Amino acid sequence: MSDSSLENLPKGWKSVPNDLGSDQTAFKGVQWGKAMMWIFLLSDTFIFSCFLISYMKGRASTVVDWPNTSEVFSLDFMGVPVPLLLIAIMTFVLITSSGTMALAVKYGYEKNKKMCGWFIFATAIGGLTFVGMQAYEWSKLIHEGVRPWSNPFGAGQFGSYFFMITGFHGTHVSIGVIFLFIFARKVFRGDFDTGKRGFFTTMKSDYVSIEILGLYWHFVDLVWVFIFAFFYLW
Amino acid sequence: MSDDYEHKLEAKSDYVADASSASSPDVDSVPAAELPDQELYHSHSWWTTYVFSQDAKYIGIQYALTAIGTGLLGLVLSWLMRIQLAFPGLGWLDPASYYQFVTMHGMIMVVYLLTALFLGGFGNLLIPLMCGARDMAFPYVNMLSYWAFVVAVLVLLASFFVPGGPTGAGWTLYPPQAITAGTPGSDMGIILMLVSLILFVAGFTMGGLNYIITVLQLRARGMTLMRLPLTIWGIFTATVLAMFAFPALLVGCLMMTLDSLLGTSFFMPAMVSLGEKLTHEGGSPILFQHLFWFFGHPEVYIVALPAFGIVSDLLSVHSRKTIFGYRMMVWAIVGIGALSFFVWAHHMYVSGMNPWFGFFFATTTLIIAVPTAIKVYNWILTLWRGNIQLSLPMLFSLGFIVTFLNGGLTGLFLGNVTVDVPLSDTYFVVAHFHMVMGIAPILVVFGAIYHWYPLVTGRMMNETIGKVHFWITFIGSYAIYFPMHYQGFVGVPRRYFEIYDSPYIDTSTLLLNKFITIAVLIVGAAQLLFLYNLFASARLGKKSEKNPWKANSLEWQTPQMPPEHGNWGKETPKVYRWPYDFSVPGAKEDYIPQNQPPSEIVGAKVEKT
Repeated sequence: MSDSSLENLPKGWKSVPNDLGSDQTAFKGVQWGKAMMWIFLLSDTFIFSCFLISYMKGRASTVVDWPNTSEVFSLDFMGVPVPLLLIAIMTFVLITSSGTMALAVKYGYEKNKKMCGWFIFATAIGGLTFVGMQAYEWSKLIHEGVRPWSNPFGAGQFGSYFFMITGFHGTHVSIGVIFLFIFARKVFRGDFDTGKRGFFTTMKSDYVSIEILGLYWHFVDLVWVFIFAFFYLW
Repeated sequence: MSDDYEHKLEAKSDYVADASSASSPDVDSVPAAELPDQELYHSHSWWTTYVFSQDAKYIGIQYALTAIGTGLLGLVLSWLMRIQLAFPGLGWLDPASYYQFVTMHGMIMVVYLLTALFLGGFGNLLIPLMCGARDMAFPYVNMLSYWAFVVAVLVLLASFFVPGGPTGAGWTLYPPQAITAGTPGSDMGIILMLVSLILFVAGFTMGGLNYIITVLQLRARGMTLMRLPLTIWGIFTATVLAMFAFPALLVGCLMMTLDSLLGTSFFMPAMVSLGEKLTHEGGSPILFQHLFWFFGHPEVYIVALPAFGIVSDLLSVHSRKTIFGYRMMVWAIVGIGALSFFVWAHHMYVSGMNPWFGFFFATTTLIIAVPTAIKVYNWILTLWRGNIQLSLPMLFSLGFIVTFLNGGLTGLFLGNVTVDVPLSDTYFVVAHFHMVMGIAPILVVFGAIYHWYPLVTGRMMNETIGKVHFWITFIGSYAIYFPMHYQGFVGVPRRYFEIYDSPYIDTSTLLLNKFITIAVLIVGAAQLLFLYNLFASARLGKKSEKNPWKANSLEWQTPQMPPEHGNWGKETPKVYRWPYDFSVPGAKEDYIPQNQPPSEIVGAKVEKT
């Protein structure tokens, strides 16, 4: 038919809505779950942006000085306080787990059950290590007298924002870790090869869900980079 | 008129010759299927069919009934408030319960009624049907979304039964007063309100992801985005807004919960309460206002955009005429949605912002008037020389246009900083927002219910009761809100629990208060009539034929009506055109459904869509 020939299609900017709106799907070949995860992450970005912007506003308008973060966050190593030591290890672990997650996705699409499963497991261990170290840091700070409502180093808002935002992020990591363990088990059991139906959703398992979980995991890492920059480097 | 018509017929006969030359088999071509047929969840027990249903149609009805039930409570609260305002001598309410009722009325109507009804109710019912899908993309998540909403409603209602009662901070919940002694419900009530909102946001996010993905990825073959009914465009854009606006509410609620429970000072400055210095120090109350209104302003459009979309479809169907300027309508919806994120601080002109800031927000606010005006003109031009059927949906749609225009014009007053400052916190504001985001969307809700009722129940609602309901509601709401504009101009402040004879209040407002309250009670009674109609018609209503309004959009083209599980029988529909081919010259009927192939309507002069 004439209207499907290339000359009749809109050109330039007008082609953008035309392409996006054509036919059945706006994102060609993108599995629903994957599209959903992207939109969820966009929404989640707004949550963390609201947190961090509130933090900036709160920090800018306190009546008492903000604590000196390089002192508060320093870790005694062989009797010498080293600033950012713990946090550097935490960040390193989390970023590394992003790498293992990417490999898991690759092996998943290659249907290499064993490698995929082990890399997901490694990612979960990385996440668990991160949460563990965060728990250590929290207990250390609490031990030093930092509370959500006050702290001995300066403005009370420091503790409020720190515990709330790292707590919210830590919850994200923990949820991710739980799903990583579940997925590692599913991979080893071969659910993704046999297309076993989900316990709750009754929908068939597919290797693409590993990529979807990967998207979430990378997002959590990316958010951490911002939290790291805003809390520890500012 | 008839001359015109013959002229068109002639023009059409030219076209026949044209079209017949092209009537090869591929005249009916639709793009190839991009997706395999959707795998459905099939319920296997009473519980999974009617309670934890995963069928979007059921979920839509569940959402709608829960929302309307909650809305009824909001309605009753408004009666009590009005009785207090008109007859303070009766002493029905003490100040605390007046504030609690104001707060709960506002929050229930905005969030738990309108948002849930438009997006959860109409969204779930109409998105899969209008897009030609069998169900939502993620039925299980959809079910969770509804039940999260139910829990949110229950938590909200629970606040009526805790010590201190529900919060009386006003629906804006401004700290520090919301969580400081002296405000009703500053202890438990506010916590339950905040928790309920957090649950609502979580539930809505699950539903919203469904709506967005279904519209973007699950459309029928040939259903391009620019062939979607405007209803879907409105609901879709509103959902996108909600996905980006609710995060701010969530964060604000979380922070205030911590302020209240843990004694943090996110929003709490140092202050003296009941003669004692509080432990809070150094927080910023303005921060909450920014977070709240970053949610709160888009929220206005979360309620308004679905109404815009639905009313466009109702006007087109019931005036048997193509919607005027479809593409402009789509871009206006998207444009209003985008702009709504840059205007929030016009709610804060008197909160002590830098005046230049107010100037910026006044400018962006007034820019929104442009796409909104485009929409109003297009609605009127859709009616222009249309074959207007004064059916119930049409009556309510006409009521909407007038009411929305009215509320929109007072918005121009309030959007300007200099005009807003003297009008702030007066009844003028109350009149404005009730007209523009209360009455106007509610009229669309009624129109939509009368329109889609046969789709849900297979029966029509009673027309006579409906007309009585319309005229009382329409005229009644003007009787209620027109006087409030005047009260605002003479300076009656909002949120005062008792307006008595004093040198500061014009005596005429006292009489008006009584008048308004009587109007409120009459309008309220009319809503009971509507409820009777709604429930009785499900059994007693006249059986509806298939596609009773002769509409084009896909929801009326299902093999059975009401549609069954999976909506479409064996095969999902193929779409050849937009849903606005009404009164096409040369066509046998005055409507051409979206799934009617071109080969069946040879000779009709159809526009390319």
